[in-house]
Amino acid sequence: MNQHFTATAEPADKAGSQDVVRLVDLKRRFGATPAIDGISLTVRKGEILGIIGRSGAGKSTLIRCLNGLERPDSGEVFIEGREISQLGERELQPLRRRIGMIFQHFNLLSAKTVEDNVALPLKIEGRPKAEGLARAAELLDLVGLSEKAKAYPSSLSGGQKQRVGIARALAARPALLLSDEATSALDPETTRSILALLKDINRQLGLTILLITHEMEVIRSIADRVAVIDAGRIVEQGPVWSVFADPQSDITKSLLGAIRPQLPAELAARLLPASGAETILRVDVAGDAASGPLLSDLATSVPGAFRLVHGGIDHIQQQPVGTLFLSVPGSDASHLAEIITFLKARQARVEVLGHVANPV
Amino acid sequence: MSPILFELLLRSIWETVLMTAASGLISLVFGLPLGLALIATERGGIAESLWVNRVLGAVINGFRSVPFIILLVALIPLTRLIVGTSIGTWAAIVPLSIAATPYYARIAEVSLREVDHGLIEAARAMGGNRWTIIREVLVPEALPGIVAGFTVTLVTLIGASAMAGAIGAGGLGDLAIRYGYQRFETSVMVAVVIVLIILVCGIQWAGDRLVARLDRRG
Repeated sequence: MNQHFTATAEPADKAGSQDVVRLVDLKRRFGATPAIDGISLTVRKGEILGIIGRSGAGKSTLIRCLNGLERPDSGEVFIEGREISQLGERELQPLRRRIGMIFQHFNLLSAKTVEDNVALPLKIEGRPKAEGLARAAELLDLVGLSEKAKAYPSSLSGGQKQRVGIARALAARPALLLSDEATSALDPETTRSILALLKDINRQLGLTILLITHEMEVIRSIADRVAVIDAGRIVEQGPVWSVFADPQSDITKSLLGAIRPQLPAELAARLLPASGAETILRVDVAGDAASGPLLSDLATSVPGAFRLVHGGIDHIQQQPVGTLFLSVPGSDASHLAEIITFLKARQARVEVLGHVANPV
Repeated sequence: MSPILFELLLRSIWETVLMTAASGLISLVFGLPLGLALIATERGGIAESLWVNRVLGAVINGFRSVPFIILLVALIPLTRLIVGTSIGTWAAIVPLSIAATPYYARIAEVSLREVDHGLIEAARAMGGNRWTIIREVLVPEALPGIVAGFTVTLVTLIGASAMAGAIGAGGLGDLAIRYGYQRFETSVMVAVVIVLIILVCGIQWAGDRLVARLDRRG
């Protein structure tokens, strides 16, 4: 993995004892195909770790290894420092109560009212009914569904169902929340409100969250760190803004494609490899490099023209992350070289995409 | 219809209701756990045991493939052991129950299998054990289907109880054959058919209403 951009707000490394989850060389195969092929990662206390990958990348198998719903073939799973991969079903049961889980299809019990659904984890723990209902009322208030306590899940919308799912997952005061594609069945607006709720819970309760998704938008809105997995392996991981700014693997680049600026298709179609009237550059900046007046400094320091063709600056985890497409006219190689040198000196990554015959 | 025949009709109704209710209840008490056992022991079930599953399945299929009229006769020694006699209404309840239990077990199995696997996974993720899954998930979620299946079983039992007349169990079927068919008492035949229609419709109506009340799946 290449070095990522540096930032002023990089979270300090915490001690190993703070790790809520630690996976060591986890492997699981189904028949001849490996679903997980040697995954090691840690989830630190209080953080939101996003795991992203295409469908079939092994995400679901991975998340199920964390609460023992799936048993790895080899490797170790530490939850709050305790190795669980070899535990029997009976020993796993109390441990699972420390881990809340929310699902893509909510998995609410249709025969129980909303409050009984939320109170179920406490009922399973053997707590008195009154305590369960009191806790359910508290949590339904937190997720904004107090008035639906006596309703049945079938009368709720998708977003409301997921809120109930979240309340239920929190009922037993877990140390870790697992989210299995929790927003994949929801429309964009509802997705945003559910993600905001999860972020809120993470901040208010300091709850550690591990979420899996195939949507970069989800990672971008709430995750602190991201791990990209493909064919059962982690191909890339790091702070979200840094991976977004400088994706290393093709799979990350393709997953990012939908939400990062791309060279407009009509321009891309006109690119020539050799030479032309204008040279098209892709400039990636992030962190400190993106905070300064980069383009105006460039115009002052390097005489000669250049144009901004496309691009923008985004803020991810309060870090500016930008991609700019510049067009440099003329066939003067030294002018182009000066521009590239200047940008590189400012920690930008510069790539010559090609040339166009006629100005855009 | 003479008063004597009318009294016979009333007694026959009572015998049919008794046979149906008693064997229905027994098939529910034994068939539902059997259905749960079939689901639990199958591949990927909450207590996977393919060996147990195959044996259970074979025994259930065995009983279900014997025609009821033959089961009725074949079970006479067992009936005598349990009831003390092989003749009469109470004696008929034994073969009726033994025929209805595997039948209902299969119906319950189908309803239980329809419960979304995600719900079982959610209960496991909450730290629930097998008993929790059965009590909080499988049975409540499948309840509409379990009740609807019980209704079907009761209606089938009404039909089967007619055959029990062969061992002197009485009931509406027996009355229809002995008086309506063999003695050409058309009025008895018509009365029996009307009573049976009312009984079947009543059971079906009550069952459907209960299912509608229980079904929260929206």
